[in-house]
Amino acid sequence: MQQGGNRQTEKLLLERSVPGRVGVVMPGLDVPAQPLPDTSLLRDELPLPEVSEPEVVQYFTGLSQLNFSIDTHFYPLGSCTMKYNPKINDEVAFAPGFAGIHPMQPVEQSQGALELLYKLQGFLGEITGLSAVGLSTLAGAHGELAGMLMIRAHHLANGDTGRIKVGIPDSAHGTNPASAAMAGFEVVELASDKDGNVDLAALHEIAGPDLAGVMITLPSTLGLFDTNIVEVCRIVHEAGGLVYGDGANMNALLGRVKLGDLGFDVAHLNLHKTFSTPHGGGGPGAGPVCTTSQLAPYLAAPIVTQNGWAYEFSTPEKSIGKLSGFHGNFGVLVRAYTYIRTLGGAGIKSISGNAVLNANYMMNALRGVYHLPYDRTCMHEAVFSADWQKERGSSGLEIAKRLLDYGFHAPTMYFPLIVHEALMIEPTESETKETIDSFVQALIDIDREVTENTELVNNAPHTTPVARLDEAKAARQPDLRWQPEAAD
Amino acid sequence: MTATHPNTPGLNEGHFQSHYIPNTTDEQAEMLAALGIDSIDRLFADIPEQFRNPALDLPAPLSELEIQKELAGMAAKNRPLGSGPSFLGAGSYDHFIPAIIKPLIIRGEFLTAYTPYQAEASQGTLQVIYEFQTLICNLYGMEVANAGMYDGATSLAEAALMACRVTKREKVALADSISPAYSAVIRTYCQSQDIAVETVDPSSPELGEETACIVLQYPNYFGYIEDLQNLVDAAHAQGALAVVSTDPTAMGMFQTPGHYGADIVTGDGQPLGIPSSYGGPYVGLFATKQEYIRQMPSRLSGRTLDKNGKTGYVLTLQTREQHIRRERATSNICTNEALYALAATIYLAAMGKQGLRQVAELCYHKAHYAAAKISELPGYSLPIDGPFFQEFVVQCPSSPAEINRKLMEQNILGGLDVSDQVTNGMLLCVTEMNSQEDIDALVAALREFK
Repeated sequence: MQQGGNRQTEKLLLERSVPGRVGVVMPGLDVPAQPLPDTSLLRDELPLPEVSEPEVVQYFTGLSQLNFSIDTHFYPLGSCTMKYNPKINDEVAFAPGFAGIHPMQPVEQSQGALELLYKLQGFLGEITGLSAVGLSTLAGAHGELAGMLMIRAHHLANGDTGRIKVGIPDSAHGTNPASAAMAGFEVVELASDKDGNVDLAALHEIAGPDLAGVMITLPSTLGLFDTNIVEVCRIVHEAGGLVYGDGANMNALLGRVKLGDLGFDVAHLNLHKTFSTPHGGGGPGAGPVCTTSQLAPYLAAPIVTQNGWAYEFSTPEKSIGKLSGFHGNFGVLVRAYTYIRTLGGAGIKSISGNAVLNANYMMNALRGVYHLPYDRTCMHEAVFSADWQKERGSSGLEIAKRLLDYGFHAPTMYFPLIVHEALMIEPTESETKETIDSFVQALIDIDREVTENTELVNNAPHTTPVARLDEAKAARQPDLRWQPEAAD
Repeated sequence: MTATHPNTPGLNEGHFQSHYIPNTTDEQAEMLAALGIDSIDRLFADIPEQFRNPALDLPAPLSELEIQKELAGMAAKNRPLGSGPSFLGAGSYDHFIPAIIKPLIIRGEFLTAYTPYQAEASQGTLQVIYEFQTLICNLYGMEVANAGMYDGATSLAEAALMACRVTKREKVALADSISPAYSAVIRTYCQSQDIAVETVDPSSPELGEETACIVLQYPNYFGYIEDLQNLVDAAHAQGALAVVSTDPTAMGMFQTPGHYGADIVTGDGQPLGIPSSYGGPYVGLFATKQEYIRQMPSRLSGRTLDKNGKTGYVLTLQTREQHIRRERATSNICTNEALYALAATIYLAAMGKQGLRQVAELCYHKAHYAAAKISELPGYSLPIDGPFFQEFVVQCPSSPAEINRKLMEQNILGGLDVSDQVTNGMLLCVTEMNSQEDIDALVAALREFK
């Protein structure tokens, strides 16, 4: 039977092409045609789609509807801070006075943009207690690379060439060791203690003349505030090292504590997490770097400075150099500025309070149903283990997939690596108590299903556009682009 | 004017009811009761007391109405491209953006999703990435493309690092005709990795057996088309790779870098439906040959089957990436620019086979018309010979910075001052956005500045 209903998305653009269809009508040439270059320089084929505008709109709208998103589903993906993304922020970022400025325009023609960047530097410096701020880094990992290059440059400037090691907790995001390695360091893994804090004995072992620094995520990826943190900073500093802060989890700390006060030397923020800029299916993000006056001269270029009444770009004295083509992800920075202005100091503090309250409320409601390997007050997220369910036949992955059938996005799974069958759940401050209650009930129901109907759980999801996908086949026979000969 | 948000006296100090946070004080009390505590502050007891609740010197909250006004005021202090004739390019280009792109990319289902780790709940994003990979391969004449990088500069820097991994060599040769910003970013990325960076003249590149790659730009920073075949062959003759940063719009008419045998092709996707936005967010394009796929950075979406035999898409070959391989990953990149890869995909779908060719040809003819007219002006000349696309260098009779100031008095945004590289040089860019009237106005104005 021929079916109407939702727009079909199975056929790819090049499969739905019909010769002669156009998606855009361009104006004619209004200047006399000019001589073309030698034809050997020109291409013959341009294998792009031929589809009309309605088809393009319907196809991409149809594709969008295959996604879970914050606007459509609760999305408690731990360590990603999937909070509501205010619409006003998008509206402002797309305003012609911001979206329409060219990065190489003389600064006299972009004073409004520079003023915004300058003030944002100030806000982020105030929030972190690290007052020197650079905005040019384009994602969290990009900020990490900048920070680690700054630490390297600082040691080299002191003639301290032997500091080649960086200590990174075993609970850290993979970007930390990858960034440290890109900055030329040797990575040493730091164990966590039984409470999930950095193990001080392990830290003492590496705190020597070859230690460049440590990379610490606070709260840790276990969702815990490291109660040893002041001591960690002291030990590292005493050994001549510096402390890098991964700000991925800053949502928990906004207005509650400043990284600079605790002893951090340099940190990045993820504006797409803490400061509500949309994740976009995997970017754009922005990863500003905040640091002390001691390390300020090493910040990546450019930073915004004030010269009399005018704002301008400048390159810090001993800058590690440029890390992006222009000045940073401006459209993301505009959104973060708007968010901070909207909330003000009181609102900023209310974010961390409600994020931490929601996480603890959720954790408490699930205690005893799912194993809590570190059972203490959590910050913005709680890390459970599905070990108890696995004993009855369903792994963390299967529980996560089953949640999709209940209409909830899955938590982060199998991370941090030090927790078996980890399920890392971050509700954020922008969710209602009702949503959290129904999510908790879903996890309780799934736990019951594990006992009563293991197969139902282990074959989940059942209601998504596709069922469990063959990842082994995807990796073994990589099919990474559509080609005519591969078509049916 | 001050904010007039409801400020309900609450259980906690400084309670502020934001419209982004649903919990009311009553609900907070209920949740705290479930936890057996009486204040939110108790949840932060792990923070050392002397550092807890520091003073926070931020401005008072603003209502949406107020923030709209404040930001409109800031935006009004900028001179956007659309407000008058503009001839500035140099890595960020003013092209037509079809109206369909914005409403599609701000659909919440795309905008507020994250990295498609849960494939079953992210088929939209994953299929878009697969489409993006396909179209970027076709645009550049390459075998495999990734899901995108941060921007054109970082794509090129990561390509240089990848060439070092592939060849196991530690020297990269940058053509002196690539963007100074690209060159600077490559140097930053290479500074800690014991990779030597040298500059070569693309008209007679001297490469050695230690050279991992030659890094080229196509068209080059000044807008001109270099002898790509010769340069790629010169690299291959030394066992080096050819890395070519390529303007995607030029691919509407010019031969692909893949045709010449380029090994890694990068680019900035900004011209593909993404606003200038003061330099970002853009999306980095990155394509290579099949044989180098395991050394490629960033995500890949692969087509596969679900357990019922239905076609679907997943992130694949992830053992290259940081969340699996940690310090041995091909790159630290995690979040990239997925939303703008989506914008570029929609752009390429809508422009299609005919539209992209038309855009490229409009740019080409208008730029050549402008160049011919300007070169006829007394005191102005075109100091660089050779074919060009939409940008070209004009030698001015006086300081380009001064000329640009005078042009702005007539609300014309001139080209980039490149007098540090070409005496009195101005790099002009002409695209389909410039009408004959705009170009004639520029020419008439330049005639006055001798």
